[in-house]
Amino acid sequence: MLDKYVSTGKKATRNGFGAGLYEIGQQNDEVVALIADLLGSLKMQQFKEAFPERFFQIGIAEANMMGIAAGLATAGKIPYTGTFANFSTGRVYDQIRQSIAYSDKNVKICASHAGVTLGEDGATHQILEDIGMMKMLPGMTVINPCDYNQTKAATMAIAEHHGPVYLRFGRPSWPMFIPEDTKFEIGKALLLNEGTDVSIFATGHLVWIALEAARALTAEGVSCEVINIHTIKPLDNEAILDSVSKTKCVVTAEEHQRNGGLGDSIAQLLAQHQPAPMEYVAVNDSFGESGTPMELLDKYGLGTKDVINAVKNVLKRK
Amino acid sequence: MADIQQLEKIASQVRRDIVRQVHFATCGHPGGSLGCADFLTALYFEIMNHNPEFNMSGKNEDVFFLSNGHISPLWYSVLARSGYFEVSELATFRKLNSRLQGHPATHEGLPGVRVASGSLGQGLSVAIGVALAKKINGDDSLVFALTGDGELQEGQIWEAAMYAPHNKVDNLIVTVDWNGQQIDGANDDVLTLGDLPLKWKAFGWEVLQMNGNDMTEVVATLHEAKKKTGQGKPIVILMKTVMGFGVDFMMHTHKWHGVAPNAEQTETALAQLEETLGDF
Repeated sequence: MLDKYVSTGKKATRNGFGAGLYEIGQQNDEVVALIADLLGSLKMQQFKEAFPERFFQIGIAEANMMGIAAGLATAGKIPYTGTFANFSTGRVYDQIRQSIAYSDKNVKICASHAGVTLGEDGATHQILEDIGMMKMLPGMTVINPCDYNQTKAATMAIAEHHGPVYLRFGRPSWPMFIPEDTKFEIGKALLLNEGTDVSIFATGHLVWIALEAARALTAEGVSCEVINIHTIKPLDNEAILDSVSKTKCVVTAEEHQRNGGLGDSIAQLLAQHQPAPMEYVAVNDSFGESGTPMELLDKYGLGTKDVINAVKNVLKRK
Repeated sequence: MADIQQLEKIASQVRRDIVRQVHFATCGHPGGSLGCADFLTALYFEIMNHNPEFNMSGKNEDVFFLSNGHISPLWYSVLARSGYFEVSELATFRKLNSRLQGHPATHEGLPGVRVASGSLGQGLSVAIGVALAKKINGDDSLVFALTGDGELQEGQIWEAAMYAPHNKVDNLIVTVDWNGQQIDGANDDVLTLGDLPLKWKAFGWEVLQMNGNDMTEVVATLHEAKKKTGQGKPIVILMKTVMGFGVDFMMHTHKWHGVAPNAEQTETALAQLEETLGDF
């Protein structure tokens, strides 16, 4: 199966968002979009030009954007808010908590430039805590797709789901490897490779890194099960427990702090139902810094070699 | 023509409901609730075209958002007296398993409430969102919102205040409860609001002012505000009220912002408020 998921070119996940938003805008008249002065960065021009009456430029006022989105949702619209992940979460946590999550508003919080792969802008913009913040909110769905096609599919799928959603994607040009016709189901993990020695659960950009690691490890005779957890909440408990019951050990990989991320969600599940040795590939209680995406992934322990080392370490603990 | 006397009678009962809810709950916010009782009574019983058969979307009806959610006992009373739910439910205010949460919420499905409020500064933005949706839908009904004056210290208010005129959100009437008080004291001591009419005008709003404790003036000003909708500008009414209005010992002080009266104080307060529609 590793042969199925090969790179067919590179595009940013945020471009997948822009394409998905335009397409769902064509299909569903209730879809509206809001931006806080980052139209180009979020790739929302096509939607804006096609549906100007359903597009709202809010200005640099993210708190107001979340409130307006809550109001649009109250009146039956399906609002998609756009800004960087940092400004989509930490800056507006209370607005999301009260006006959206607690009030059960059907708002889609669409967050680009998440994680260290934002690159040169540095740590002020490289949020690594957003998954944790958002998954703690009752009723919030948290999705972190892994490539252009999956982000496009997820952007369209969330319109059909009633309730608040946090959709996290990124800035850099990134390998495309999920076939375009792959169905996106919220909360359903995607098996990318069957294996028997270790389960690698990865989300976002780190899914490609995990696949690269699995290819290298396969050549060394290690059989890796690679599962794409695009939906961190609700977690696909069944897929995770099924896999771990077979492999008996786990590596998680994400572009996020160890604290509060995908790894923690999986650890919580396993601790309750199926304790197993586990290693985290995640940022270890640190802010990022300026650099290129690949340099930063390497420096902060999120590269292919880090996944390979994590697998080797966890295998020793089985 | 509005029956001012009838509205005043309703407001008197609403004030009794406020005092009794807060007393039975042994906590809550009577001061601002009493001060805004005339305004909210006029809004629900005279000004708004609304349907107590509650529909969340509020399509084709006027809708109201309470941004200063701590004056919930006022809103709950007005909603109950308008027929959104049984008046007897007011007895559950702030109790376990009640729909009448300390601050308004949608979570328990209370009819009339469209978004949670309590954490200040958020309601104006939500009201703008509904107003925008009404424009998209070709729905010419109106959106009303109430904020506190201390609440204007929140930055989000001014984000919203900048947005609405720029985008000609002219189906929106915001009222500010300008009682000059907040928990820690007078606005002017805590963080002065400065020249409020000038500030809102500078942001591009149509600014009206009224005495919020004179029913005749409240009704007239709200009618005037309605006439000014649809002319390219959002409307703000700066409403002078007296915190605690109607209960002499609660007036002209911030001390009753968030304190419940004891049995004796409640009796004294109720003696000043005529029971016109029957207590809950």
